[in-house]
Amino acid sequence: MSVRRVTGIETELGITSTQVDTQGRPLAPQWLSGQVVRAYAAAAGEGASLPVGSGWDYADETPLRDARGYEIARELAHVTQLTDVEDPTIANTVLSNGARLYVDHAHPEYSSPEVTSPREAVRYDRAGELVARRAVEQLAAHGREVRLYKNNVDGKGASYGTHENYLVPRTVPFDRLARQLIPFLVARPVIAGAGRVGLGQASERPGFQLSQRADYLEAEIGLETTLRRPIVNTRDEPHATPHVHRRLHVIVGDATMADVTTLLAVGSLSAVLRLIETHPDEVPALDLADPVEAVKTISHDPTLRATVATTDGRRLTGPDLLEAYLEAVERAAASGHETWEPDPDTTEVLTRWRQALDALRRDPAECAQQVEWVAKHQLLQRYRDRTGAAWDDPRLVAMDIQWHDLDPARGIAQKLRAAGRLERLVPDDAVESAVTEPPQDTRAWFRGECVRRYGADVRAASWDSVTLVDERGKPRRVQVPEPTAASRERIGELLARHTTTASLLTELASEDV
Amino acid sequence: MAGSSQEHIRRRDDGPEPEAPTPPPAAPQAQNAERDEALDSLLDEIDGVLESNATEFVHGFVQKGGQ
Repeated sequence: MSVRRVTGIETELGITSTQVDTQGRPLAPQWLSGQVVRAYAAAAGEGASLPVGSGWDYADETPLRDARGYEIARELAHVTQLTDVEDPTIANTVLSNGARLYVDHAHPEYSSPEVTSPREAVRYDRAGELVARRAVEQLAAHGREVRLYKNNVDGKGASYGTHENYLVPRTVPFDRLARQLIPFLVARPVIAGAGRVGLGQASERPGFQLSQRADYLEAEIGLETTLRRPIVNTRDEPHATPHVHRRLHVIVGDATMADVTTLLAVGSLSAVLRLIETHPDEVPALDLADPVEAVKTISHDPTLRATVATTDGRRLTGPDLLEAYLEAVERAAASGHETWEPDPDTTEVLTRWRQALDALRRDPAECAQQVEWVAKHQLLQRYRDRTGAAWDDPRLVAMDIQWHDLDPARGIAQKLRAAGRLERLVPDDAVESAVTEPPQDTRAWFRGECVRRYGADVRAASWDSVTLVDERGKPRRVQVPEPTAASRERIGELLARHTTTASLLTELASEDV
Repeated sequence: MAGSSQEHIRRRDDGPEPEAPTPPPAAPQAQNAERDEALDSLLDEIDGVLESNATEFVHGFVQKGGQ
């Protein structure tokens, strides 16, 4: 099972429109984001998404609970931390692929369904790009011009997240998990960064760096996601049986357009988590003297030669740190330990990680089709060679932003994909099917199939429940606390027997809402 | 044993890695020229879709902070 685990990626998208309101003012991004959600739901229609009026069920959400064992008082929480309060003006829908599409703060957010492999994470991440693209096309057909960007910074001080979620057993002590993970997360942008023009939160200094997110990380560990963002986020909101599972909420990563980069981001982290779980004494001891500073030091150096200090006085590069983790993972994988069976997903991730790391040490240009920051850096550097532009030249900053445009006619990364200069892992038809079909091996199958089969009789959903109407028209909540329960294999026949929610509820445990 | 893997960390200054494949015989300059040519054709292709007023475009790309 090694790199296989329940995973999901949430992406907040950048949004712009050149249109203005009747008073000539820019359109509010909250409102525009709501239009995106409504447009997709309208375009997809019944059976592919829930009506936008349907609720998200917040009953099981606990954004203020800290994995370190306390809950902060609501009145002390910054308003942006209160993600469990339903705002009727905010649009939300659940898709037949099991994903959630909604407005988070001032951005449209696509939260992928739960998947069990890095390759499926890539597939459903790409499906999210298509969802966004269809929404934009639908709006354009109605005279509304909106552009969506799969990036994480505006270069002027604002950052918005791409959050990865990994299910981990609660038996692993959180303090050890955090300590053993931090040096890896500090170095991961070397293989998983999307690249960024500009250094500093507001691009105060010219330059190119590996990561979109590095300059916005301000703490080693903490509960916040919008202020003083930490390398390890402690939000303890498992969306699953709480005494069995933890949901590791990783907020340091970049949104990625390159398939292999997405695979490396999710796959390498999944492998390191397995190492931490099964071989705690084999995890390299690389405690960093100043992890927050180290994130920036590594990100700011595309030559990969910059070193960061460990608490025991060594100085290591980003590739050195990743090498230590990869070697430990390779040894665990070769150990014959029962949880490290060499399934194809694990073999693929470890092979790709090894190839990318070795190439980066020889000559990064060798992995320009796999590692996104390398592809971006190479193209922009060539532009500089031709034009003499400095890194703070608006033309380069514009290209950096446009790299992430989800419109295939304008997005530079998409041009590279089409030209065969970013290696594809998932063919177009597999991405297309992931827009409407849920993963078969998690509870996302139940959620998505309810949307597809029962449409408006699904009143609300959440990660761990679906609310269906009974024969009297009353809503009944069906709990699905186990992420791998309610898969096609487990309940495919059950759903096939029932054409209505009223009938289905006669065979499912449910509760009043 | 904790820390046992440290000795395996390869440093940049450790010299060539034994398992690294032999560098291909092609002259690096020729490879670079080929690479630059490919990048140039790509830049020419995207030139048509690049924002004509980069300064205004960059100025207008303002986002609210998110998570």
